[in-house]
Amino acid sequence: MANQVGNYSLFIALIASIFLIFQSYRLTRNSSKNLDSKIFSVLSVQSLMVLISFISLVFAFIVSDFSNKTVYNNSHTTKPLFYKISGTWGNHEGSLLLWLLVLTFFLFIFLINSKNLPKKYRLLTLTFQEVIIFGFLLFILFTSNPFINLFPIPKEGTGLNPILQDPALALHPPILYIGYVGTSIIFSASLAALVCGNVNKVWASHIKKWIIISWIFLTIGIMLGSIWAYYELGWGGFWFWDPVENVSLMPWFCLTALLHTIVVLEKRNTFKSWTIILSITTFSLSMSGTFLVRSGILNSIHTFANDPSRGVFILCFLFFLIFLAIIIFFIYQKNISNSSIRTYLISKETAMLVNNWFMMFFLSVVLIGTVYPILLEVINGSKISIGPPFYQKLILPFLIPFLLFMAIGPNLKWVKDHINKIKLEQPIFLFISILISYLFTTSYGVSYLFSVPMFGLGFFLFFLTIRDFFSGKSTLSQKIAHFGFSLFILSILFNGVLAKEYSSNMKVGDERKFMNKIIKFENLKITQELNYQSLTGEFNISDDRGNLNLKPEIRIYNQPKTLTSEADIISTIYSDNFLVFNVLKDDGYYNVRYQHKPLMIWIWLSVILIFVGGILGYFKKK
Amino acid sequence: MIKNIKFIIIILFGLFLFLVFLKGLDKPNSYSPNSILNQIETKLTARTLYKNKEISLGELIDKNNFSLINVWASWCLPCRNEHSYLINLQKINNINIIGINYKDKEINAKKFLKDLGNPYSEILIDPDGTISIELGAYGVPETYLVNRKTNEVIKKFIGPLDDLKFKEIVKIVNNEKI
Repeated sequence: MANQVGNYSLFIALIASIFLIFQSYRLTRNSSKNLDSKIFSVLSVQSLMVLISFISLVFAFIVSDFSNKTVYNNSHTTKPLFYKISGTWGNHEGSLLLWLLVLTFFLFIFLINSKNLPKKYRLLTLTFQEVIIFGFLLFILFTSNPFINLFPIPKEGTGLNPILQDPALALHPPILYIGYVGTSIIFSASLAALVCGNVNKVWASHIKKWIIISWIFLTIGIMLGSIWAYYELGWGGFWFWDPVENVSLMPWFCLTALLHTIVVLEKRNTFKSWTIILSITTFSLSMSGTFLVRSGILNSIHTFANDPSRGVFILCFLFFLIFLAIIIFFIYQKNISNSSIRTYLISKETAMLVNNWFMMFFLSVVLIGTVYPILLEVINGSKISIGPPFYQKLILPFLIPFLLFMAIGPNLKWVKDHINKIKLEQPIFLFISILISYLFTTSYGVSYLFSVPMFGLGFFLFFLTIRDFFSGKSTLSQKIAHFGFSLFILSILFNGVLAKEYSSNMKVGDERKFMNKIIKFENLKITQELNYQSLTGEFNISDDRGNLNLKPEIRIYNQPKTLTSEADIISTIYSDNFLVFNVLKDDGYYNVRYQHKPLMIWIWLSVILIFVGGILGYFKKK
Repeated sequence: MIKNIKFIIIILFGLFLFLVFLKGLDKPNSYSPNSILNQIETKLTARTLYKNKEISLGELIDKNNFSLINVWASWCLPCRNEHSYLINLQKINNINIIGINYKDKEINAKKFLKDLGNPYSEILIDPDGTISIELGAYGVPETYLVNRKTNEVIKKFIGPLDDLKFKEIVKIVNNEKI
């Protein structure tokens, strides 16, 4: 029953979409001042239909309706309710339906919130957005329909992959998707603004809200994914430069660049074409992300679906949108003339531009690292794998000038500033920072590439952003976000340099000594949970400063049969103690891995600070 | 005029990317019957883990009808899980399992084998990962089934072995014997 409801409401949404594309395009030639009320009601119907279809899928998951193929493949009656619900978007079909839901609702909110803008611009945004919605509807209905009936009805489902049964991961996809889909509004709106020729201050302050919203969600989404990888995958790292992680990072770089450029457009009415290009690129990158992940062209722990027909569809649709955007850009580029404002070398505009260059550089590094292996394999069949060293070697050295500009840039004035106004305190701060970093690196024997300037500029940015809280010229949201970023860089650096690891095979009762600490395997408890069996190890780690009790867990899921290790992590503001253990053979020995990770929690806290900055920027009054 | 040239260049570049991706989609993910990589590079030489001498992959492949080249590392968790499959495969007579120890410390590698058993007839060590790249490995673990006569990769398994892959290997090996 839910299957039919879901399926038919999607078809109604498809018809609504066709109607809206033609009607809104036709109305752009009409000169009446108000939007046709028909458009608004059809759009409401469409949103409602998509919502109904999504709810019916959630419902099918909740009641474990195994006549639905998606539910059968991804759920199980013994699963807790929370994971039954999150299972809805934990698979290919359901996640696309979620995409669609966010797409239609964002469009709906957009139309409500843009009442004071020109009618033609609103209608064109609607047209472009409906083209995207139409494409996704076709994709869902014809290649990945979540409402396929199974007959005879199976008694039991095959279960959700246990490593996906986790609260952080239940929220990670929807939040990331809101970020991705937000970029679609930016894309449609900037194309519409280009066609109407109203790429100006008013438009900038209107679209800035959407940029900030997408940016906030993208940031949280990436962070949740990374938190999940940290404690669930059991490797102790938080970023692996896996292609799928990269795919979410690329739109983030682009969106961050756009976030800075749009401020210039809002304040100074310049960088017009660049803003449009960035908007198009950001959305293209979000879409290519979907393509790369969903088509199975990448080899990664994240790749789920492996159906070539899906890949071909997304690829054609993606390039259709990109070509459409490029053609529109070249035809209407003359509509936007940069008002010939003089810009000076030492000014906030330049600082923003420098930010953009760096973002584009980081973006290209990640883009090349992700896409180049695919290109090479197709062109001459050779296989290469690109790992963390590539990214670290190319990104880290360039962080040094980036941090320097980031520290100085925000305090420059618009239009023109003077170099002799740089106060004495900046060189003093720089000197102190380099000194601290030199003392630190020598006393800890750190000998990585550029470690002294890296730490030095990390500290420099940290000090300057703190000072800016008292005297800076920029907005509070900017101060918090930049301060958060300096904290982020410092925590990553310290974490990377000072982390320690110890690993050994132990059985119950064993004791091992390492790094002035004693680790003892005290007990092993076996309990039966609803849908898994749990082995909990009780460990005690003691040193002269006290002792810690850690209880990592191994879970043996029955549906599908999988082992997962849940690390136990004790976080303090100074460091994380991370312990994970694994089954070896059946002789009572377990492989135990202990990691001491200084300042780990600050990585998450600093990202939270960064997006708090974003939230303040959103609510800022004009 | 310049604008048109820019436009054409961008469109052409876009088309190029499109075609490359389209072709990339056809590329099978689980194994590669790619003509260039079908042949194992027998000339690759490396030091072995236990005997401390240089040996070429070609010499190792010659021993039996079928060789299974397994890229592994002690730090790799999935390798631990697939290890029991390798131990079981070793019991099949005409299969010869060659290990490539990928970016590992020798002490850890030896410890790993001591704990879990050693299914390999010989292990080549690959501390910087170059041999594995030459073999076309994406990461660890990876397993290639090689035919002795032709040095051809019959099948390439990306990721840890499981029940399905195990049965497939056994099936291929048994069929060819007759």
